[in-house]
Amino acid sequence: MKLLRIAFGLVIVFAASWAAARVATDKRRSGHQDMGEALQKMQDDDTANPGMLFVQLGGQFWAKAAGAADKSCADCHGSAATSMKGVAARYPAIPQGAEAPLDLEGRINLCRTENQKAERLPPESRELLALEAYVAHQSRGMPIAPPADPRLGAFRARGAEIYRARQGQLNLSCAICHDDNAGKKLAGVTIPEAHPTGYPIYRLEWQALGSLKRRLRNCLVGIRAEAYAYDAPEYVMLELFLMDRARGMTLESPGVRP
Amino acid sequence: MANVLVNAPKTAKRGAVVEIKALILHPMETGFRPGTMGKIIPRNIIERFTATWNDAEIFSMDMSPAISANPFVSFFAMAAESGTVRLRWTGDEGLVVEERVAIAVE
Repeated sequence: MKLLRIAFGLVIVFAASWAAARVATDKRRSGHQDMGEALQKMQDDDTANPGMLFVQLGGQFWAKAAGAADKSCADCHGSAATSMKGVAARYPAIPQGAEAPLDLEGRINLCRTENQKAERLPPESRELLALEAYVAHQSRGMPIAPPADPRLGAFRARGAEIYRARQGQLNLSCAICHDDNAGKKLAGVTIPEAHPTGYPIYRLEWQALGSLKRRLRNCLVGIRAEAYAYDAPEYVMLELFLMDRARGMTLESPGVRP
Repeated sequence: MANVLVNAPKTAKRGAVVEIKALILHPMETGFRPGTMGKIIPRNIIERFTATWNDAEIFSMDMSPAISANPFVSFFAMAAESGTVRLRWTGDEGLVVEERVAIAVE
């Protein structure tokens, strides 16, 4: 009995040290670590993080009835604190009965058209971003955990292809900056590793909350490529790849970025 | 729908200096920017922010178009007596937002 207890204790010790070693060898850096101390404090303080204003707003939209069905999100999903916990950590995913993966905002809009019988919310609209921030906030602190759905593989592979393909007048790929030169400077700014850990983010440059889609469009314009249309599947594929690349990293939504 | 986040201590020692922080959701539209059709978007800013402690003014400021969207204000006050701190934002388009926090002084 005693031997068993010692063996069990040893297993725990090994497991803990293995986990610690894994964390120590994980060299990936969230954009949070590359920011100045002031901005880090701004994000970490819930009453100084402007993203929390949108989380608060999203909570109000969550409880507000919409559409011909006159139902609110809360009527079906109840308290978001329980029903939406972990959702943002695993999206994009393929919803039941669908063929292609959807990101979080796509899923919110699907719920609106299917269940609330309401109109789709336009991309980057305040209501959509607020709802997205509210849902994503429920997963804050959880590790990013993309689902094991085998159907996602092909989409993810296409995302990886886009990530590594050169495009635009500057003929750059995402990987050239964010894999090969991450941590170095582009003008005065540190090039981040592009892990989508804090979306939707409050970007000080935008003075507003913005989605990963907006950020990707920003980068595409930066390399002078033509940004995909707002409803293009390429964004979801890229997000699938990026979320898989950031697997296990902690979700910080809503993040603050310069 | 006004969205405000206030950070103030619930209790304070008499004579202690406390920090009060307030964040409000507001576009702070400057009135200088053209919109999609080239027409100037009308100015929509917060013009004044005031804070009172039991109706005595402890802090006030005028805001201008150069202040960012969702302005964050932080200020200090001396805790003299228990009471209500009333924060008030007023501005364009008839904006009046009021938020109250109670601070107990021991």
